[in-house]
Amino acid sequence: MLPRGWMVQLRNDERAYGWISIGLHWLSFLMAVGLFAVGLYMVGLTYYDPLYHQLPEWHKLAGAVLALLTLLRLGWVLLNRPPPLLADSPWQRLMARGVHGVLYLLLLALPITGYLITTAEGDALAAFNLTLLPAITTFDPHTVDWAGRLHLWSGWALILVAAVHGLAALKHHFLDRDTTLIRMLKSS
Amino acid sequence: MNVKPYAIVSAGLLALLLAASLPARAAETYVMDTKGSHAFIQFKIQHLGFSWLLGRFNDFEGQFVLDEDNPEHSSTKVTIDVASVDSNHAERDKHLRGKDFFQVDKFPEASFVSTKIEKTGEETAKITGDFTLKGVTKPITLDAKYVGGGKDPWGGFRQGFEATTQIRLKDFNIDYNLGPAAEVADIYISVEGIRQ
Repeated sequence: MLPRGWMVQLRNDERAYGWISIGLHWLSFLMAVGLFAVGLYMVGLTYYDPLYHQLPEWHKLAGAVLALLTLLRLGWVLLNRPPPLLADSPWQRLMARGVHGVLYLLLLALPITGYLITTAEGDALAAFNLTLLPAITTFDPHTVDWAGRLHLWSGWALILVAAVHGLAALKHHFLDRDTTLIRMLKSS
Repeated sequence: MNVKPYAIVSAGLLALLLAASLPARAAETYVMDTKGSHAFIQFKIQHLGFSWLLGRFNDFEGQFVLDEDNPEHSSTKVTIDVASVDSNHAERDKHLRGKDFFQVDKFPEASFVSTKIEKTGEETAKITGDFTLKGVTKPITLDAKYVGGGKDPWGGFRQGFEATTQIRLKDFNIDYNLGPAAEVADIYISVEGIRQ
């Protein structure tokens, strides 16, 4: 038997994150780190490596899923506002908002540039013979290579900014002793 | 000093006489018809030893000077935009442009400049020249063959050649391991030149 009054809190409220926000946050985290690691690793593989053709397929598939999750997440943020920030000082709030904004921006820039790379010559975005999204246009090689550079730099930026975001959460937990970290780990 | 008008006229006449006494067919310059895409640089290389992978360079320009009376005075020069490499696969082409292969951000251009042309038959010649790719310049020799030439239907005059050669990737600093069957690329060139 569940305790009386027990209910899974799906939606965010004034005080706490709901499980949907928490789930989307940590799933995005795991997928982003995995995509980053696989992305860096796969471009260094030798031609005879058994994973030479496998990893790019996984990277494209997972990238498309994360892009979809990010869109859902942005929609959820608009529909169901997160609880207010716990930071008191205006500059901390500004920093936190800025970091969140940059993270969302990078989470959008990565799938867009990735899509442009793979569809540059008019072929659809596909993974494991599964067509995910048709090409909308083609690009000259120099533009595609710029998309490639932006993709790589955005990947590094995402990991670095996410690290700052994580360190800030740890600072709130251990130095400020507030619930910033805890409330992203469990709902109320 | 005062130059008399008749001195100028006679100098002009002398120049005309000199020009007329030159061989009837002087060297003529032809520009490769890359605009109309009647010029191609293609390559093929083995895939694992199982099949051929074909590709081409879409963007290049070149010209040749044709001296039919003194073929050894003929010459040619081609400049290739390496980033235009096209193997009909976006991700492979991106890989080819990267540092494992052509490294086009550092070495955007490849070129061939002939140094010696030797006729080997009625319609064949060996064209030796300096080929530059990925910052490495080495002599290579093309086996060239005359295809045809004459007036085109639009008021111009054209001549066409085809040529083949082989390039060892390692010679040009491309040492990504594609396997023992794929160390040499076959090059096929077909160009039509428009007389200037």
